[in-house]
Amino acid sequence: MILNSIILQTATRLLISLLLLLSIWILLRGHNLPGGGFIGGLVGASACALYTIAYGVTKAKEALRLEPRLMIGLGLVVAVLSGFIALPFGDAFLAGEWLKFYIFGEEVKIGTPTIFDIGVYFVVIGVTLAMIFALEEINVEYETANDLANDLANDIATTDIKTSSDEVTS
Amino acid sequence: MSLGWTVFSGFILAALAPFIHRFTKNATGWLLSLLPLGIAGYLFFNFFDSVTQGKAIATSIPYFSDLGVNLSFYLDGLSLMFALLISVFGFFIIIYAGGYLKGDAHLGRFYMYLLMFMASMLGVVLASNLIALFIFWELTSISSFFLISYKHNYASARKSAQQALVITGLGGLALLAGFILIGLQTGTYELTELLQSPEVLQEFSFFPILLIFLLLGAFTKSAQWPFHVWLPNAMEAPTPVSAYLHSATMVKAGIYLLARFSPFMEGVEVWQYVLMSFGALTALMASLLALKSSDLKQILAYSTLIALGTLTLLIGIGTEKAFKAAMVFLLAHSLYKGALFMAAGAIDHEAGTRDIRKLGGLIGKMPITFLAVLAAGISMAGLPPAFGFIGKELSYKALLTKEMVFVIAAVLTNIGLFAASWVVITKPFFGKLKAAKDHVHEAPVSMLLGPVILATSCIVFGFFPGWFDGLITSAQNSLLPVDGKKVHLHLLPETFSDPAFILSAITVGSGALVFFLWRPVFEGLNSLVPRLDIGPAKWYDWALQDLQRVAKWQTKLIQTGNLRNDLRYTFIVVFALIIYAIFRNNLIPTADTWNFSGLAIYDFILFFLMLGGAFAAVNARTRLSAITALGAVGFSVALVFIVYAAPDLALTQFMIETLVVIIIALVVIRLPAFNLEERSTQTERFRDSIIAGVSGVSITVIMLAVLSNPLNTNLSEYFAAQSVPGGKGHNIVNVILVDFRGIDTMGEISVLAVAAMGVYALLKYRKPKEPELTEDTNESNGEGQA
Repeated sequence: MILNSIILQTATRLLISLLLLLSIWILLRGHNLPGGGFIGGLVGASACALYTIAYGVTKAKEALRLEPRLMIGLGLVVAVLSGFIALPFGDAFLAGEWLKFYIFGEEVKIGTPTIFDIGVYFVVIGVTLAMIFALEEINVEYETANDLANDLANDIATTDIKTSSDEVTS
Repeated sequence: MSLGWTVFSGFILAALAPFIHRFTKNATGWLLSLLPLGIAGYLFFNFFDSVTQGKAIATSIPYFSDLGVNLSFYLDGLSLMFALLISVFGFFIIIYAGGYLKGDAHLGRFYMYLLMFMASMLGVVLASNLIALFIFWELTSISSFFLISYKHNYASARKSAQQALVITGLGGLALLAGFILIGLQTGTYELTELLQSPEVLQEFSFFPILLIFLLLGAFTKSAQWPFHVWLPNAMEAPTPVSAYLHSATMVKAGIYLLARFSPFMEGVEVWQYVLMSFGALTALMASLLALKSSDLKQILAYSTLIALGTLTLLIGIGTEKAFKAAMVFLLAHSLYKGALFMAAGAIDHEAGTRDIRKLGGLIGKMPITFLAVLAAGISMAGLPPAFGFIGKELSYKALLTKEMVFVIAAVLTNIGLFAASWVVITKPFFGKLKAAKDHVHEAPVSMLLGPVILATSCIVFGFFPGWFDGLITSAQNSLLPVDGKKVHLHLLPETFSDPAFILSAITVGSGALVFFLWRPVFEGLNSLVPRLDIGPAKWYDWALQDLQRVAKWQTKLIQTGNLRNDLRYTFIVVFALIIYAIFRNNLIPTADTWNFSGLAIYDFILFFLMLGGAFAAVNARTRLSAITALGAVGFSVALVFIVYAAPDLALTQFMIETLVVIIIALVVIRLPAFNLEERSTQTERFRDSIIAGVSGVSITVIMLAVLSNPLNTNLSEYFAAQSVPGGKGHNIVNVILVDFRGIDTMGEISVLAVAAMGVYALLKYRKPKEPELTEDTNESNGEGQA
């Protein structure tokens, strides 16, 4: 679904960085104010969805650089690893460990829950975009709805769902 | 803690292995093998002396301490012996795999699975907490699944891996149930505490059920009849894996469990006779199957079954003598089986086939391999001066205290084993030169190191069995504490009129006879009982087929493929339950619940917005307008959240609504136009409106009932109070999500990831134009072309 609308494309170009920045801001402020990895991830995903609608899935994938599926994996790994940080401190898995320091006199706290939330953020973006991209690619692949319907019907008609007992004979 | 790292280090290195392999290429095997070597050295130099003097080491890392689940580890004679076997064999196997699978595209991944498997095995034998033991137990099942299915483009490999996973996984679940029963009864999951008073389990009213669960777990893992089917099939794995699974690991986990629980089962006759009967049956059956096989690896696989049956039989006898015999036999078996499997792999690798009928005269081409096979084979046959001889003598001695039928079964089994051993030793190496490849030569160093060292030790340990006195004594004491008594192993029996020695002589004599008559025996067995193991193998297939048939039938019944039907069924079932709950608990609202006094004007506005949206959606004439109308309902709900001060929820709801509209629009845009004629008929719409109406009313009633009770605010007050000091954050919702309930969130994002993979797979699935997977099931395939 490429709308090829100049207005949308120009607006998207202006909005996308703001939206992505907003999503990161929501992610990081989440611990003290409304926000967090889940909401931030959704905002980030809608930003990318907007870009996909404006420029098409191929361009969106190029701009993203990272496969959404990889992003899901990355997010899960980050979340799990953040849980392990507490272990050497003698605390339980996923217990919060905090580091406090000052930038320009402002107190900044970085903790393992923040890292965990970053993992959540990436999983949410990855999950949403994996679906949106896959749907878009179908739309690119098939010219009309009837092509898709015919192909699917053909698949279903010719596929006999194999049980593993079919392989037993070997 | 340090004991824990012997387990954790394996998992960490497993995760890194594929990356390391990218840089070190052919040297990876040698490099990675340093870890198991280090573990073995660490265990040996730090703990060997103290453990053999009867001490036990225990460490614990708190995990879910409130539930009694901790990462606690325990090292006594039994676990030290297993841990040493696992790490030492791991060392040889990893080096061997480097040579065997040289140049294989997925070798890095293979190392990962192998290390993961090794670490899980170490976890099983070192864990003191039963739940931790169970987790490692399941990890061995999972990692062995990956190892067996390594050549996943072969249908047979996939099937074997699935079978191993289903059977051992099923046993694992039984084991978990057993462990939970133990925990419920005794209030602890720690083996160290349970072993303080081993009789406690027998006083338990659920003891028979517990017994069944434990036996199921152990028998499936150690491949006792009728669960043995997965083990011979597991040789679909590349040979290094078979060598590892069969010699020191996987199947030995079941034996370890039986041995570990022996102290709790002292004097329980059912336990003893079940173990003895199944052990003897498994061994005898495997001995026949070994004689009817012509594939080297298959013969060895069945000989593993013989060993497992014998070990189960010995543990079942439950006397001091029997435990001693079991431990010695276990050690001897690991040594010769590891050597023989690796040597068989070398023959397959160099000569191109494992079929002994197609092999011959290799002695000139592969002299070192031959010597290794000879030494290990003598040990398997139970001939002096090999270590296996001592094991066999001791097991005969232990058996002679029990019923004659078990002695006869054991002698018959060993006759078969003796003949099979000599078949393995002689057939590939003597006679006319026969091979499937042209220029047969000796295997590379990496593939000779393991078999040669292990085979040599089969003989050397036979001459110096005294080296193991300490280890065997302490291992045996873990099973049945005998104070102050030390085991003294010696090669030759005290007198030659010893009944055990006479049994040995009978075994050797008859075994030699069977060996000379091998060809007719082989053909006779093959024609007489075409598929001797037809029973359980067929049962497994039938069970799997029927399961799938039922699943298909049930899916067709409930999920018609028509979304309207699916929704109708779902709503009817859910709301039937809710209405049942309403009437059962008498939640019908009374007049005073209808209280609208606290509502402001915007509440009513939102109410009518939602109502309007719903009506518009139902009466929409195009899909797009229906989605938009539903979106309006969703946004109104988000506004409700804002009104009632739940900004996080409102934000999430806004975003979800936006994305849902986008996603549905992407789907809808390619669907054919809404065909008004295909819309539900008037009667159908009437019926559906009743279902919808009843659903709405009942959910309203439930909500009113919930609100009419004062809310229990303990939890929210706790979180509000703890948010800043405990979670260091002011946003309670977020602190709960990422800190207090972090593990829940972890589960949720995992579910999200799985769901996304499912959606992705469904959307991307197209029937492949050309079959991508080769259904080749050729027995001696070109695994790891050098």
